[in-house]
Amino acid sequence: MAAIRPSGDFDITYERDVAVLRQPWHWGVAIAFVIFLFTLPLFASGYLLGILNMIGITLIAVQGLSILTGYTGQISLGQAAFMAVGAYASTVLVTRWGVPFWLALPCAGLVAGVVGLVFGLPSLRIKGFYLAMATLAAQFIIPWFFRNVAKGLFGGTTGLVVPPPRLGSLVFDSGRMMYVVIMAVACLTTIVSKNIARTRLGRAFLSIRDSDLAAEVLGINIFTYKLRAFFISALYAGLAGSLWAHYARAIRPDQFDLTSSVWYLGMVIVGGMGSTLGPIFGTVFIRLLRELVIVISPWIGTLVPALEANVLAALGPMLFGLVIMLFLIFEPRGLAHRWEIFKAAWRLRPFAY
Amino acid sequence: MNWNLFPQFFVTGLLTGGVYALIALGLVIIYKSTRIFNFAQGHILMIGGFVAWWFMVNAGWPLWSAVLVAIVVAILLGLLIERLALRPLIGQPILSTILMTLALSQFLQGVAILVFGAQRQAFPELFPLKPLVLGPFGDIRIILKLPLVWSFVIAMVGVAAFALFFRFTKAGLAMRATAEDHQLAQSVGLKVRRIFGVTWSIAAVVATAGGILLGSISGIDPNLALVAFKAFPAVLFGGLESIPGAIVGGLTVGVVESLVAGLPKEAALREMGLAEITPFVVMLLVLLFKPDGLFGLKRIERI
Repeated sequence: MAAIRPSGDFDITYERDVAVLRQPWHWGVAIAFVIFLFTLPLFASGYLLGILNMIGITLIAVQGLSILTGYTGQISLGQAAFMAVGAYASTVLVTRWGVPFWLALPCAGLVAGVVGLVFGLPSLRIKGFYLAMATLAAQFIIPWFFRNVAKGLFGGTTGLVVPPPRLGSLVFDSGRMMYVVIMAVACLTTIVSKNIARTRLGRAFLSIRDSDLAAEVLGINIFTYKLRAFFISALYAGLAGSLWAHYARAIRPDQFDLTSSVWYLGMVIVGGMGSTLGPIFGTVFIRLLRELVIVISPWIGTLVPALEANVLAALGPMLFGLVIMLFLIFEPRGLAHRWEIFKAAWRLRPFAY
Repeated sequence: MNWNLFPQFFVTGLLTGGVYALIALGLVIIYKSTRIFNFAQGHILMIGGFVAWWFMVNAGWPLWSAVLVAIVVAILLGLLIERLALRPLIGQPILSTILMTLALSQFLQGVAILVFGAQRQAFPELFPLKPLVLGPFGDIRIILKLPLVWSFVIAMVGVAAFALFFRFTKAGLAMRATAEDHQLAQSVGLKVRRIFGVTWSIAAVVATAGGILLGSISGIDPNLALVAFKAFPAVLFGGLESIPGAIVGGLTVGVVESLVAGLPKEAALREMGLAEITPFVVMLLVLLFKPDGLFGLKRIERI
């Protein structure tokens, strides 16, 4: 997928043509990267790991959204709400029923997936903009539910305190420990995403995005496939929510607001729709942009003292909005498209075409 | 159910619905001619309110001149948004325009916080606060808050003015023609781009009026923008293309919200804040059972 290939490197067997990693050295690079990823907590600083943890959690949710929006073309403004479902489901399972985290994590994904199905049901009759409205309703109704219903169970506005995951005598109570779990799930979901895209399911999603009428004529049951996309997307969000709950160790309904959902959509756009690499690019790019804002805000504050009080709160949404707008105008296919262009150029080198 | 409170909550809801109708009107105006649903309408509203507030409180200008400045700013803002953000997206899929207005809302939110601050600001008193008491009819008294009454009246006048504008003026006719078919309108000599610009300006002015009215009722802060989300159900309920629909939808959402907030007798039910999500439940129901709304165009699309 991501591997760049020099000129003259052809696929000489069918197996190699459909493989993700086609050459031995691709395998080498991939394994080296995985080893690097999982040994990083041994020497990286806590600050860096904090950023990487947030990137990992966000990546899971954005991969899910990318399946729904990028592949299937259904707009969802409710990804953060489905994350909330996962976070609360996992917390309640662990604290009330004593379910171990390792079981609560997939359960949280399933619960969020089912809730996603419910809000995906309107896609039977409506599409495009109208569907965006239905998911917008989900984005308002779900946090309200956790805020106001069954306050004894969900803790109302103050939310819940979440215990750290345990494995035998190991307690995953630090960012360093959680990093391993988060990255493992992030890698797994990314690989699953990649494989969904390569199978019948993914091709059906793409055909629905490109033309639902033609897809139907080709024998794809649009409704069930749309629902599958909703389910997978919400399931990913649920996993992300569960990880977030056990990483942040405290959840409140207002952490899962519309703004987060809009940011996730923005990450899909910046990364590029309809690719597995896109969400990775988009998530890393936007998250790093946010870190940049945190770093440069005090500096701007000292330059222009009149703005000091508000610059941190203002710069984030301003820059984010601006970046999305610029991408929509100048590079609607996102960073992944740039990467494709680079790969194509590398493949042709040293010939011009 | 507290049925004897019904008239009070019904009237309050109707008056609040006036403001929703005004916001819905702005959304419908843009949708009618450009086929774009403006998720940033609430943020334009908030900025308009803030501009008027700034000139009244910080610059100490009289009300009418502050409102005038706010209107000019709104016109410029509308033109700028159309030219810089949405014109490049003509011909792009609907996802792009939705994301563009969402990104725009984030951008405007940031600008508002940067320029005006994140704190809630009190508006100078535009309307006397003394409530108007109707009745008693039997043992029922209806208390009307004057700012609400005025905002309702202004909203209704605005809506009526635009309905007449679309019906009887040449510019209104041009805008309706553009709404019908962009290419056809262009081919009969209408300047579609200019019409888009005018449309966005008008919608921004309508939003600014809403911002000033809402600000005078409850004060103003960047979160005021969220009120527009309650107008979305109103627009869908009434039908995306229909100005009468915007009014009916706005008033309905206002009334339903107010009744749900006030009528249940059980304190536990009232404390749940059901009113907060009522508009969105209404929206889901409309989407499920009548996606075209009451007066919207029925596009036949068989899958």
